[in-house]
Amino acid sequence: MAVIRWQTEPTDFSEPGSDFDRLRQGMEWLLDSFGAPTPGFTSRVFPSINVTEDKDHYYLRAELPGVKSEDLDISVVEDQVSIRGERKIPLEKKEFNYHRRERQEGAFRRSISLPMEIDSNKVKAEMKQGILKVTLPKHERAKPRKIQIAVTQ
Amino acid sequence: MEEKEMVRQEKKEVKKAGEEMRPGPVFIPAVDILENPNEIMILADMPGVDGKDVDIDLREDVLTIRGSVSPVEAEKEVSVYREYNWGDYFRQFTLTEVIDQEKISAKMDEGVLRLTLPKKEKVKPKKIQISAN
Repeated sequence: MAVIRWQTEPTDFSEPGSDFDRLRQGMEWLLDSFGAPTPGFTSRVFPSINVTEDKDHYYLRAELPGVKSEDLDISVVEDQVSIRGERKIPLEKKEFNYHRRERQEGAFRRSISLPMEIDSNKVKAEMKQGILKVTLPKHERAKPRKIQIAVTQ
Repeated sequence: MEEKEMVRQEKKEVKKAGEEMRPGPVFIPAVDILENPNEIMILADMPGVDGKDVDIDLREDVLTIRGSVSPVEAEKEVSVYREYNWGDYFRQFTLTEVIDQEKISAKMDEGVLRLTLPKKEKVKPKKIQISAN
């Protein structure tokens, strides 16, 4: 008789849950596995990022509501993209008491490697409605090249 | 002064907001709520929401904030790596103060909603003159 391990995902020791919790989590993963954040590979570093690609570009997006573009610093070296910045929440002018304070402020720094070298001269970044979008053109020399096969008679 | 580092927080999904008309996840925006003697102010992080897609509703003492997002990714883009999901925003609050509905103002700036709710002026006690004959 074969013995099969029923628990397939790695156990998170920082948050010991009950077997029932793990089962529920497993079901959720099964249901959202398409298009949902990749489980087990997400980083703890702010901000969360999404990367997409088309034929010639990578597009990196991050949700940074209230972050001014002058407080952001983006740099690209070969296939490495680094985002540094600070979110500042200005103090209100009038005398206010806080009932809730859920919005975070502070400095952040994150860098990721892309699967291909980037042409750092042509990188563009824009902020719109609190979403940062960085357009990263794939470097010509890193792109796959079609090789013609010469036919010799 | 020591620099404060930001920590990544998973976006929280609304679990029981009835059935939504649009498919996809609905998130709970992070908010700051401030109050002074004259007004209540709510700041809510709703990245990707345009000013015209914010819906604010105050019925009796329940304030509802709803923000709709439009897709930001072009159709030809293929996902490589995904850490966050995007979707609409929804949050409700019960207010304990009487709000002057006419003077509510809302502004959307860089993905942050700023909602100002002025309190209604309390009815001043009227002095009643007793006329003596």
